[in-house]
Amino acid sequence: MPIHDQGYRRYGGTRAAVGRAWQVIAGAGIRSIISKRAFIALMLFAWAPFLVRAVQIYVSANFQQAAFLAPKGETFREFLDQQGVFVFFVTIWVGAGLIANDRRANALQLYLSKPLTAAEYIAGKMAILFLFLAFVTWAPAMGLLLVQAIFAGSFAFIRNNAYLLPAITLFSLAQVLLASSTMLALSSLSKSSRFVGIMYAGLMFFTAALFQALRGITGSSGFAWLSPGDALEQLGDVIFRLEPRYDLSPAIAALTVVVLIAGSGGILARRVKGVEIVT
Amino acid sequence: MLEMAHDASPPAAPDASLVTDPVVQCDQLSVRYGKNWALKDVSAAFRPGAVGLLGPNGAGKSTLIKTLLGFVTPDKGTMRVLGLDVAASPLEIRARVGYMPESDSHIPGMNAVSFVAYCGQLCGLPPADAMQRAHEVLYYVGLGEARYRNLETYSTGMKQRIKLAQALVHDPDLLFLDEPTNGMDPKGRDEMLELIRDLAHHKNVNLILSSHLLPDVEYTCDHVVVVDKGAVATAGPIQALKGTRGRVYELRIKGDPSAFIGVLRQEGFDCHDTDEDVIRVFVTQMARTDGAPVHDPDPGARMLFRLAARERVQVRHLRPSVPTLEDVFARAVGEV
Repeated sequence: MPIHDQGYRRYGGTRAAVGRAWQVIAGAGIRSIISKRAFIALMLFAWAPFLVRAVQIYVSANFQQAAFLAPKGETFREFLDQQGVFVFFVTIWVGAGLIANDRRANALQLYLSKPLTAAEYIAGKMAILFLFLAFVTWAPAMGLLLVQAIFAGSFAFIRNNAYLLPAITLFSLAQVLLASSTMLALSSLSKSSRFVGIMYAGLMFFTAALFQALRGITGSSGFAWLSPGDALEQLGDVIFRLEPRYDLSPAIAALTVVVLIAGSGGILARRVKGVEIVT
Repeated sequence: MLEMAHDASPPAAPDASLVTDPVVQCDQLSVRYGKNWALKDVSAAFRPGAVGLLGPNGAGKSTLIKTLLGFVTPDKGTMRVLGLDVAASPLEIRARVGYMPESDSHIPGMNAVSFVAYCGQLCGLPPADAMQRAHEVLYYVGLGEARYRNLETYSTGMKQRIKLAQALVHDPDLLFLDEPTNGMDPKGRDEMLELIRDLAHHKNVNLILSSHLLPDVEYTCDHVVVVDKGAVATAGPIQALKGTRGRVYELRIKGDPSAFIGVLRQEGFDCHDTDEDVIRVFVTQMARTDGAPVHDPDPGARMLFRLAARERVQVRHLRPSVPTLEDVFARAVGEV
């Protein structure tokens, strides 16, 4: 008896609303990534600075001699700065293959033959990277605020620095959105995740080096807009009410970040298609 | 956000014998890649059941399917799939169709059952239902024993089957199969064709089979749309197209057949050479009666013998043959 005679039956169950496929994509992507032990190790390592800061807050709250270690508003800014290193590595690890691997396996035509739009596909892929990046930026920063309140036994610090909640959220959001959109755009340009990782690292290092070279030549830090990382730092200083580190208008720094995110969106809109037409 | 029909069983696929509304309708459809027209003013209706989309490589078959799926925006024309306008309701259409692409496609890093269940979930099936359907469909396509293997380890034939499984998992009303037997060995090809035939004829799944392989289309489909150079060359039920008024003869002669083919064509016969040096001659009803006695049981053969004698060509073999889709195709694309 041919195997197919064992039966094919029509489906009589329920179907979810169109528009939720991005959750399926995100869920599958997250499960796939956390199944790798090396990645779990990286995530734990990314929380090491949180532990150090938590100890610092504990010591400052419980020992008078260590009061100078008490957190200030800029402590959180410095913490997010430090997390930038982990943002870089997590972005490459998680993001490089998100679209590139699908392009290598011709999976885009499979995805887009299902009832989902290119925007939903991109949203699903971006949600994967967004979640892990938020997990190494926003989540530990917010955790530190909570730890401070617990160890100090009051919410006085949070009340006195109420701007920290939106500042941490806004800066983390800018950090995460910039990294994830740039990486996804690069990932859509190639079929090799390794090449995408190299492109991303190259983009970050080359633009930073270019900015530093121009700064050395001209003596002005007004070219910080050339480097996405430095433009983001400038924006972060303004968000955390600190003295900006570069001679660059915060509006231009913000514009740089917005243009990069919008440009990445434009690239994704052009590249994520069910069929690649070469004329 | 678009809402579909939920919490209700999807309607059973229409019985091809009862429903005559086309599942796909194209009107004046034109698609251009750069300066080249891939499809030009294509108007066609695909009836329920199994319809073959036949044509040589580059004829525009895959472009037509990709346009129907909304991957390619047409320069001109309208399309309706399952009664829905492709431009206005692409997601509703894609929820009800399954697509088996021509090229190797899979989602990296998954085993077969995860992949098929994932495709089911993308189509809106709840996770438990998607997993159950994935197992069932994988057994149906003959991959039951290999369903926990990583897709990257699959052979070409298995990859073809898994593409069919992912297209079936959400129980589509219409299947688009783009060259489904590509790269398969003879046994695998036969099994795939058997599956396709079973889906269309016993499981009431409408399907459009795009292929350049005439036997595949002839075996699985009831209707055919022949496409050539971006235009519809002919369309209709295969039996009707094959049974055109007239008769086909297989003719083998001594020497070079091309000169005699020229003579036959000058005399107004449709004929074409095959790989085995057999000339297939189509003798129409009108030609058959032309000059032949009314009581002659086989006037076509008599005419061919008469012509051969006139041209001093030795006939080695002549026998009436059953018209095949190849004859229809050859006539449609102007090879005769």
